[in-house]
Amino acid sequence: MVELVLPLRRSAAVTGSRLRQSRARRRSIVAYALSTPALALMLLLLIGPVITVVIMSLTDYQLGAKSFAFIGADNYVEMFDDRVFWKSLTNTLIYVAIVVPGSLLLGLGVALLIEAGTGLRAFYRAVYFVPVMATLIAMAISWEFMLHPEFGLINLTLEALGIPGENWLSDGDTVLPVLAVIGIWQLFGFNMVLFLAGLVSIPRQLYEAAAMDGAASAWSRFRLVTWPQLGPVTLFVVVISGIRSFQVFDTVHVLSKGGPNKASEVLLYTMYAEGFEFFRSGYAAAVAVVFLVFVLLLTLVKTWAVERQVHYQ
Amino acid sequence: MSARRALVPAVARHVVLLCGGVLVLMPFIWMIVTSLKPPEEIFLDEIRWWPERLYAVENYSAAFSSAPLAHFLLNGVIVTVSIFVLQVLIALPAAYALAKIRFYGRQVVFGLVLLCILIPPHAIAVPLFLLFYQIGILNSYAALVVPFIISVFGIFLMRQFFMSVPDDLVDAARMDGLSELAIVWRVMLPTAIPAVTAFGIFSVVAHWNDYFWPLIVLNDLDYYTPPLGVVAFRNQEAGTDYGPLMAAATVIIAPLIIAFLIAQRRFIEGITFTGLK
Repeated sequence: MVELVLPLRRSAAVTGSRLRQSRARRRSIVAYALSTPALALMLLLLIGPVITVVIMSLTDYQLGAKSFAFIGADNYVEMFDDRVFWKSLTNTLIYVAIVVPGSLLLGLGVALLIEAGTGLRAFYRAVYFVPVMATLIAMAISWEFMLHPEFGLINLTLEALGIPGENWLSDGDTVLPVLAVIGIWQLFGFNMVLFLAGLVSIPRQLYEAAAMDGAASAWSRFRLVTWPQLGPVTLFVVVISGIRSFQVFDTVHVLSKGGPNKASEVLLYTMYAEGFEFFRSGYAAAVAVVFLVFVLLLTLVKTWAVERQVHYQ
Repeated sequence: MSARRALVPAVARHVVLLCGGVLVLMPFIWMIVTSLKPPEEIFLDEIRWWPERLYAVENYSAAFSSAPLAHFLLNGVIVTVSIFVLQVLIALPAAYALAKIRFYGRQVVFGLVLLCILIPPHAIAVPLFLLFYQIGILNSYAALVVPFIISVFGIFLMRQFFMSVPDDLVDAARMDGLSELAIVWRVMLPTAIPAVTAFGIFSVVAHWNDYFWPLIVLNDLDYYTPPLGVVAFRNQEAGTDYGPLMAAATVIIAPLIIAFLIAQRRFIEGITFTGLK
């Protein structure tokens, strides 16, 4: 009852005019009309599929099968018993553990160097940003040729320096680190731009105050002012790089197909292979749920980081 | 004395940044140089930075003739433009309603938008694929476009932008007798051009480069987008014909790179500050 009375009384007090009230009512009908297409598509293409993927992970559905049955947690039991799944999850985490610090340190280093002077800032920023937006698939093919064991630029350079070359993508020990290097190469320009924005917003007075307190060297200025001031940005960069690198797929699919011997199998590749090569939809859905949980956890950390960042400013 | 002391770090900065830049651009440089070389200069056991015999015309025309490269590029344009136009058509009215009209359930709708932003597209690929399989639209432009026409991030971004548009502007338009839909397109859209541009750059770059979803829904060469096209070309050549392959890769990254060089500030803003999702 209270809920019904209150808005009425409030609107009567505020407007006092029936005409304006009916206009507002008509406008809220328009609001529904304006947001209905978006709302319907959200339900059909986002929320519906998320619910479906969770339900599907509890079934034995296979593409093209006439019927399916609910099998409880069997897909998950099978997954947790599967050596390939654990290999895939471990590889993904190793990849993330290389790409996040690598792209963070390079992004920070380049941003500091660009900010340290005034010349050619926009030029350098553009150069280091090119890999972020260039089609990764096309660049993966260029990397593949550079990594060619006999005629590739990398091995030819190493041999010229007297270091024996490698068969980078066919060797189980090197394939994952090499993919991670490509990941860092593609990502760090993005982090650089975030750090540049963070550096610009550090108040100059803080450096003057630090200098007065005897922080003379560049290192002590960095340690006492820059690094603490960049704290929120850094946290943000860590989480965003984490989310992005967790979704690694393109380079794996084109360069190694998860091989050799599962050495570069990653979570999305496992999901792709199960769902779209073997058409085991139920099992692929279970892998997708694991993927979803990890990305949601990282996203929650990011939301927390954003709020902290707002709080700081 | 002090001028000389300032000169050394400045020069060192340029040296480090230039060397780093060359390393970062090396995959592009090597790709373009290889696309200019004849086969006998590609398979060398020494590094050759510039071909002795320029073979550009042969490689690039081979790229366009042995694979329907122009057709892939056209598909890329059709798909990215359709996605962006539909995203705007659907997101802008909703963003306007969320920002400027009080209606019952507005908080719920906005809450759903925020919830949907959390959903990574890869995670729902399996059910979406099955849906498209059931309704029979795999292998079509629709399959490439439909999953992305709802951009919850676009709704969120535009709603935030519309919140900063003064209510007076909207009220004045209402006084002039404009319908709410007319206000969206004739009042709000013009004020939101910078935000729409940033979102457009983000959207076009993301979908021009997308590989995962087209890979899943297509097996018909007719609808291949540029990334799928260049991979198909590589698989067909089986690693023997690097000149035309590198030419094809160069052609496929060229449109975005050229646009980036023309408007790099807008691109960097568009991708980083909308790419934060």
